[in-house]
Amino acid sequence: MSGWPILSLMTFLPAAGALLILAARWSSSGQHAGHDTGVKWIAFIVTLATLALNLVALSQFDAHQPGFQLVERVPWGAGLEYHMGVDQMSMALLLLTNFLMPLCILASWSIEKQVSAYMMLFLALQTLMQGVFAAMDIVLFYVFFEGGLIPMFILIGVWGGKNRVYAAFKFFLYTLIGSVLMLVALILMAIMAKTTSIPEITAFAQQGGFSKNLQIWLWLAFFSSFAVKMPMWPVHTWLPDAHVEAPTAGSVILAGVLLKMGGYGFLRFSLPMFPDASAYFTPLVFVMSVIAIIYASLVAFRQTDIKKLIAYSSVAHMGFVTMGIFAGTEQGVQGAIFQMLSHGVIASALFLVVGVIYDRMHTREIAAYGGLVHRMPVYAAIFLLFTMGNVGLPGTSGFIGEILTMTGTFPVNAWVTAGAATGVILSAVYALTLYRKVAFGKLENPALASIADLNAREWVIFVPLVVATLVLGFAPMIALDFTKASTQAILAGYDVFAAR
Amino acid sequence: MGFEPIIVLAPLFAAVIAGLGQRFLGDKPAMALTTGAVGLALALSLYTFADYVWLGGERRLIELFTFLDVGGFKSTWSVRIDTMSVIMLVVVTSVSFLVHLYSWGYMAEDPHRARFFAYLSFFTFAMLALVTANDFLQMFFGWEGVGVASYLLIGFWYDKRSANDAAIKAFVVNRVGDFGFALGVMACFFAYGTIRFDEVFQAAAANPALAFDFKLFQLPAVETIAGLLFIGAMGKSAQFFLHVWLPDAMEGPTPVSALIHAATMVTAGVFMVCRCSPLYEMAPYAAAFVTITGAVTALFAATVGLAQNDIKRVVAYSTCSQLGYMFFAAGVGAYGAAMFHLFTHAFFKALLFLGAGSVIHGLHHEQDLRFMGGVRKPMVLTWAMMLIGTLALTGVGIPGTQIGFAGFFSKDAIIESAFAASEKGRLFGEIAFWCGISAAFLTSFYSWRLMFMAFEGKFRPNPHAHHDAHADTHHDAHDHGHAKPADGVAPAHESPAVMTIPLMALAAGAVLAGVIFAPYFLQNHGDFWRTAIERVNDPLNPSVAAHAAEGGHGEGGHHVPQWVMWAPFFVTLAGFVLAMPIYFFSSALGGALARAFAPINAFLSHKWYFDELYDFVFVKGARALGDFFWKTGDKKVIDGLGPDGFAWMSKFTARQMRKTQTGFVYHYSFFMLIAVAAVGAYAIWAGGGMP
Repeated sequence: MSGWPILSLMTFLPAAGALLILAARWSSSGQHAGHDTGVKWIAFIVTLATLALNLVALSQFDAHQPGFQLVERVPWGAGLEYHMGVDQMSMALLLLTNFLMPLCILASWSIEKQVSAYMMLFLALQTLMQGVFAAMDIVLFYVFFEGGLIPMFILIGVWGGKNRVYAAFKFFLYTLIGSVLMLVALILMAIMAKTTSIPEITAFAQQGGFSKNLQIWLWLAFFSSFAVKMPMWPVHTWLPDAHVEAPTAGSVILAGVLLKMGGYGFLRFSLPMFPDASAYFTPLVFVMSVIAIIYASLVAFRQTDIKKLIAYSSVAHMGFVTMGIFAGTEQGVQGAIFQMLSHGVIASALFLVVGVIYDRMHTREIAAYGGLVHRMPVYAAIFLLFTMGNVGLPGTSGFIGEILTMTGTFPVNAWVTAGAATGVILSAVYALTLYRKVAFGKLENPALASIADLNAREWVIFVPLVVATLVLGFAPMIALDFTKASTQAILAGYDVFAAR
Repeated sequence: MGFEPIIVLAPLFAAVIAGLGQRFLGDKPAMALTTGAVGLALALSLYTFADYVWLGGERRLIELFTFLDVGGFKSTWSVRIDTMSVIMLVVVTSVSFLVHLYSWGYMAEDPHRARFFAYLSFFTFAMLALVTANDFLQMFFGWEGVGVASYLLIGFWYDKRSANDAAIKAFVVNRVGDFGFALGVMACFFAYGTIRFDEVFQAAAANPALAFDFKLFQLPAVETIAGLLFIGAMGKSAQFFLHVWLPDAMEGPTPVSALIHAATMVTAGVFMVCRCSPLYEMAPYAAAFVTITGAVTALFAATVGLAQNDIKRVVAYSTCSQLGYMFFAAGVGAYGAAMFHLFTHAFFKALLFLGAGSVIHGLHHEQDLRFMGGVRKPMVLTWAMMLIGTLALTGVGIPGTQIGFAGFFSKDAIIESAFAASEKGRLFGEIAFWCGISAAFLTSFYSWRLMFMAFEGKFRPNPHAHHDAHADTHHDAHDHGHAKPADGVAPAHESPAVMTIPLMALAAGAVLAGVIFAPYFLQNHGDFWRTAIERVNDPLNPSVAAHAAEGGHGEGGHHVPQWVMWAPFFVTLAGFVLAMPIYFFSSALGGALARAFAPINAFLSHKWYFDELYDFVFVKGARALGDFFWKTGDKKVIDGLGPDGFAWMSKFTARQMRKTQTGFVYHYSFFMLIAVAAVGAYAIWAGGGMP
């Protein structure tokens, strides 16, 4: 397959799948029985094929070579160009995205409303998300980055719960403000560097192309976008609402992939392109990260809605990512990337766990449950595993991300590390309390008396997630060895200029 | 590669197979598999121990694979064989095996036996991984692993709200300790660039003046690291301030209390401090912190033990108190004595717990001492075993001779060490000595109180017999086939052989472990310790080099005065003599005393009101803060100023302007349009400047 534009193929395959669904809808007018099931199968197969292409791309990829690989570059005229490529970090995030997508489609099997449109949006979303991680051109990146908002916005607004309009609006508003500032910054950078290529702008920046003063403004512009995406405190309040209202698969993508775009952005743009400003703002990021960890953990503890609780816990876990990134040490950045992957698996799994009982009971209220272990022992076991992952127990991937980001931050600021470490205590409080209320105790709600354990489809969803959590927990070097080259490349650029 | 990894991995495989395959395997095969795997680990551990101590086995390291390696932060899965680990291998696998065996009887009617055994084996794996670690990260792995096993087993009867709460409490309080431990590991890496034990000790010794700059103040690195690590030990070993989880952990099945909350997991903190003895010897203030915490815990827990009515809670506070002994021994530099007490305590405390379990089992899950009595006749074997356990715990023996139960050798060595250390000017040595003596008196008193209340006198039936979920299943199977008991004798039955044989095995340990192993642990007979612990400042038996430097003579003998040697003997006797009239000869006197000293009794039986205080400060505090951040922080301030405020403003503006169709998609497309225009404009402006 070498010589094929493999990145473009995998990026746009889902979009092609979406067109196929559209064509099928037109040709059959979608009325006959089984049409919706067929659409679901098409979507599932397309996502599987994308994952397969991703694995092919992986086989052509050299894990130890720094810089971008599998590069495709085609000028579009008018100074714009189509420029794709991946390094280890983006490859890892692509794998995460394409790993989660088939599971999302399976988790959406219970959707009945507007199935064709729903699946088309999901496939479009997949193309846009892959584009974010594969784009090597800032214009292309921006289009993918912002474009991803639109399908998500519609997914929440149409397939969401009761408060979906408010949630969609809030989601939109927050992300919008940040993106406008980022756009201005991107334009300015392109003008100064006379290129829109990410590696070329990075090289330009590292030769001192942006003065420290300018870096500070550019950094803030990017920060306003990425901080919302992460989300960092205090611009996190869109996330609980969006999660609560989103359909299960929407929450999975939100937690699993969209939140990672912020961390990716910091590592791709902020650190390498604005090293002076990044060093300058490190204390600010540290403070916001520690506040996020403690504040969100305490708020999570008080939630009565399962999804909201997990959403706040995501905010806390993303605090470790931002802290690790700006620590600027190898453990910090490696830990941050690992934490993104780990959270992508564990938080996604937890939202799917909620989805299972939501499908059966149509409520997310913690109080409506209790004693599920009696009727659903397998479910309870799986829920327990991911709860422990969320708590950061050794043996699960959650532990590695937390311990590495904290180890990486300790030399930079021990107080920040100590603050973050309190989050390790608090996560045990809210996660285990949730588990006790939902799974343990006597089965008292009569509505639960006949609730069924996992079905075959749900087994298929959870087994890969369980395996990923444990493999990354027991053999984390599989991922860490892989991302090492890109981390060192990012830090090589950062160190030189932070030391200046 | 050697067989040693099998010791660690066999219980893991058994746990995984029994846990995942319980439905296909059935209960009995799952139980047999786990018991067999732990039996195998026991056999190999005994061999390893014998080989190491007597047959000239070397200290060695078996490395399995690299667990983590990021920028020098490196951890390797290893099995480290040295004196420290061979002691722990024997303790862990032998108690674990006996508890597995005992559980065949104790859990016979539980519908979830297979799950129970899988948890027990998983625990055993985690504990073995902890003690065979060669670096701090693997130790932490095991450390948290035993924590989660403890959580699962305390909450094993998941229908019980109290059990679930106790499980969460245990996990969270342990996490408070782990917070310190984790920071200690990070500090260690920061200071020395490694987390492998031997490398850390060498680096610390090579650079004793290294200090951390914490912006506000400076601290010596080694003191900081040793102090932070000890916070972890306080959590795991239930020391003062972080002890609150241990008594509640008694909600778990009794075999769990014997294995995890008496013999093994709770001693992990002591093990860790002894393992890091080179660090603590370089950190006098951290060591003093260890001493004072241990001494206070030894005394505090013993006072609370006086006023508890739940048989298991008495034993639990006793454990807490004995762990305090081990810590202050370590704190004054007597690591050998600390490890020796850990070793002997494992046998007699597991014995006491399993004995208590046998009583509870015989009385159909009655745990309240007030509703016992008259149990000796129907359960004479259990009584005899408990008696041996009590004699060992209270340290009965004749000073100056080699005659005594296990606790006599180890506890007296600790008390004497504290005295000798105070003579040498070690910080808090004297306080530790007096706390140790006082606690020995209390230990004797509460132990005999327990024995008399449970076994002697007339049976006092519970007026409102409790029925909880798990007890019911047991009752049904037991409540038939009993002859009506004689008046005043408890309607109890002796436990089956599968439960009493482990009691006898542990009793043998409680009798013999002291006399056989005292020369090894205390006098370093046959160079028992080699380099496993730092013995340079051992108050009683300093290492050869240090001893020679002091102009010492002979094999490091006891140098403490006669009265110090005899003091534990007399206070123990006093405790017995005092308990006798109150609880043996009279059944009413104990209650009358409790009423006469009601405020003191209330203070003690409420465990110094720690739970109430913590509930008020931490639990209610966390709730209040959480609510404040959520309802005021998020909803009012952030959303009010942010999106909701913006929404209000834009609605307001929209109404003012009377523009139609202000959908937000419209706004968005508008911005996109500007964006595209700007980029287009730039492209035109930049012209052919592109590469």
